[in-house]
Amino acid sequence: MDHSTANLWPLLKEVTGYIFPNEIELHWGLLVVIYPYLTGLVAGAFILASLVKVFNVREVQPTYRLSLLTALAFLIVAPLPLVAHLSRPERALEIFLTPSVTSAMAMFGFVYVWYLMAVLLLEIWFDHRHELILRAEKEKGLKRVFLRVLSLYSKDIRPAALAFDKKAVYVITVIGVPSALILHGYVGFIFGSVKANPWWSSVLMPIVFLFSATVSGIALMLFLYMVITLFRRRKLDMACLDKLANFLFYMMLIDFTLEGLDFIQRVYQAEESIKIIGQMISQRIFVSLIVIQVLLGMLLPLIAIAAVKIFRFPAELRRLIYFVSAILVQVGIFATRWNVVIGGQLFSKSFRGLTTYKIGIGGMEGLLVSLAFLVLPFIILYALVKILPPWGEDATHRRATAAN
Amino acid sequence: MKKEDKRHMIVGRRDFCKLILGGLGLLLLPTVTSFASRKRGYERWYGTKYNPKEHRYGMGINVDRCIGCGRCVDACKKENDVPDEPFFFRTWVERYNIGEKEEVIVDSPNGGEDGFKNNTQEQRILRSFFVPKLCNQCDNPPCVQTCPVGATYKTDDGVILIDEKYCIGCRYCIHACPYGMRFINPRTRTADKCTFCYHRILKGLSPACVEVCPTEARVFGDLSMVASPLRRFLRMNKIMVLKPQLNTEPKVYYAALDMEVR
Amino acid sequence: MSKIRMLWKKIPEQLRHLLVPLVIIAAGYLLVRWILVPADFGYLGHYRASSITANLQKPIRYAGAEACEGCHNEVGATLKQGYHRGVACEACHAPASAHSEDPENIKPTVTRTRTLCLLCHEYLSTRPTGFPQVVADSHNPSRPCVSCHRSHDPKPPQPLKKCEACHAKIQGLLALSNHAELNCTSCHTTPARHYTRPREYPPQRLQSRQVCLDCHDKTASRVQEISRVDGATHGEKYLCWQCHYPHLPEAR
Repeated sequence: MDHSTANLWPLLKEVTGYIFPNEIELHWGLLVVIYPYLTGLVAGAFILASLVKVFNVREVQPTYRLSLLTALAFLIVAPLPLVAHLSRPERALEIFLTPSVTSAMAMFGFVYVWYLMAVLLLEIWFDHRHELILRAEKEKGLKRVFLRVLSLYSKDIRPAALAFDKKAVYVITVIGVPSALILHGYVGFIFGSVKANPWWSSVLMPIVFLFSATVSGIALMLFLYMVITLFRRRKLDMACLDKLANFLFYMMLIDFTLEGLDFIQRVYQAEESIKIIGQMISQRIFVSLIVIQVLLGMLLPLIAIAAVKIFRFPAELRRLIYFVSAILVQVGIFATRWNVVIGGQLFSKSFRGLTTYKIGIGGMEGLLVSLAFLVLPFIILYALVKILPPWGEDATHRRATAAN
Repeated sequence: MKKEDKRHMIVGRRDFCKLILGGLGLLLLPTVTSFASRKRGYERWYGTKYNPKEHRYGMGINVDRCIGCGRCVDACKKENDVPDEPFFFRTWVERYNIGEKEEVIVDSPNGGEDGFKNNTQEQRILRSFFVPKLCNQCDNPPCVQTCPVGATYKTDDGVILIDEKYCIGCRYCIHACPYGMRFINPRTRTADKCTFCYHRILKGLSPACVEVCPTEARVFGDLSMVASPLRRFLRMNKIMVLKPQLNTEPKVYYAALDMEVR
Repeated sequence: MSKIRMLWKKIPEQLRHLLVPLVIIAAGYLLVRWILVPADFGYLGHYRASSITANLQKPIRYAGAEACEGCHNEVGATLKQGYHRGVACEACHAPASAHSEDPENIKPTVTRTRTLCLLCHEYLSTRPTGFPQVVADSHNPSRPCVSCHRSHDPKPPQPLKKCEACHAKIQGLLALSNHAELNCTSCHTTPARHYTRPREYPPQRLQSRQVCLDCHDKTASRVQEISRVDGATHGEKYLCWQCHYPHLPEAR
């Protein structure tokens, strides 16, 4: 939070019950909500990409490259809200220089770097290498140099080398699937391992995070594919959309089951914290949990896509349902992250009181900066799509194989 | 895959693996060398021939003796430059009022620094008491476990300290502490908490809160000493710690702690 | 040398070209680490050892009662005899390490108004039983405490007659109850030294039911309104106060 204490005085009046005196300040705010939301999209988009390469789901091939670029765009932005929320951001590098091996947060830095470099960048590079070389040959001047740099001055486009590229992509994707699961499961572990907080402390937390990440990632790709194809004035591949929606449906079903399981377990065991958590839900996060996360973000899209599966809707109606569902899911998963991060800080560790969270508009922790972080990945994605077009693949490959 | 491609692959893969392992080895080298060069030269850092391994500091709190005057809260803030606003406390005093229907009301106005106002309806109160709280200086501290950079640590004499020049302000430790003892100091913008007045106890003084307590509700001592007021405290009282089920192994021991205290 | 070259050539070209940025990043990481990580990190544990030194060098504000007694030994001696023997000098006189460093020029302070004394002695029902408290609004409301009580030897100006000077909570509850007319000494035998050393010479509780039954037995010849029980059968083997709270028998 801001380091002036002026914004803390009004909070004193909003406290209900008893909280420990130091707990008046909520420490992880909107920025820390955005971070798991973004990494979740990364994991989800990548898993979708892996469906193409590892599980050979041909229908979603049109989204393959776009998924990788989306994952990269969001991955680049993901650590930015984290660095922004530190009260000493100038020391942020310490987390890489002297990481504590007992700290989930420190180890996550390396999981992130591994995923970024050894998985995502490598896979994108291997996938695009051939095209980059071909494009570089056609360009001149600065653009040529840029493309040569991107291809790391590699020149080998013999069939053996191209075959190696394909194999490499396959191997990296195989490594990448567990890496993506670990990436976002780890974020869940960062919360789930905090025994002091009964709302966070749960064995299921990494699993729930991971499945809700996959849900949000697939929904994002559904949304992006529709929007970008519309922008490019091309025809939408309905088989691809239907397949995406299908995956989204089954992932949501699993995610809903897991969250439901967590909830049932909590209520059944009725441990000490159940009273204050119940109060926290009913008095503080009722709308964001029951209305947005469960009803709008989960149940409504589930019912809508189920309806599509049961009844034979025409293509226009299906597109509309998919589009609205994708948006609802995004809002729902964002609300999920909100409920976990903010919800866990709204009740006191004394289990006797509730505090409140007020979002500012300006300042580092404010609404505007957060919106900027949410918009930034799309801007980066736009740049990436321009540099590494996802659409050239079919055409270039056809030309390349024809030339041989 | 054609045979020649396969041969080409195998060699590539092996050398690739060698490269990766070599690279990882290089990355881990600084960790290995730092282990090797770790010198247990306490004098260089403590400035005297003090050996922290011979000491283990703890505190006893006798709930039956606390009168809720708040002098400890006031002294701690003055001794340790804690900002005077009601959001930052290294120690505080809670008042518990348990009513005749076992309903519990807890309060801590400004941490108890200015004392407390009287209860109304006192004939409806079954029992009532004050509980001073401070950092428990756990032997299994979750805050140290979660600090990503090594800015908080346990000294060899059992005190948990914070390196305010190194803390990045990620606030993970604040969430990890089950007792709510840590806060972000608005001036240094780093984590802050009770240090058992480390700068005092190593000079033979007692922590500021213990110094000013008028009723000996707080008893500070060295757990490694066979005879001390703390030792007697541990001998003569039935001892409780806060949140024992979390296995943080606190070193602040409560006598006459009520079941309602969290 | 040529064998290495042969091996090197066998590695696919893409991987050879990938190695360059990989090596640069790894080397860069090690270089940055070597430059930026403080030299004393890791000596004593996973932290900067010089942070211990920094923590030890924090300024001391409270000198401690022992330091005060070094010069003010008569005050120390007076304190030790009286009720304030447990109260540190600086609890009332504010942090005084600056004074102990430079006694001539820096003087400690003291608040002579009632607010300071009332922090401990204002009546709060939560305070442990037996701690001396006054209800400030009715106890000489306009006068500073020090006009009757000397801080270093705070004896009450007149000898205590009633128990309520220290046991105000009990007295308050008693006043609301049917037992308001009873003296404390009707039920509690109190040694004389209880007034000066309360914890060492505590009063006694009743050890038989007889005193209670003198009023409450069905055969007792007191006013009709007093509730009656059959002393022979009521309450099995227990003493009366093991169930009933004599100071407020109606409520508790």
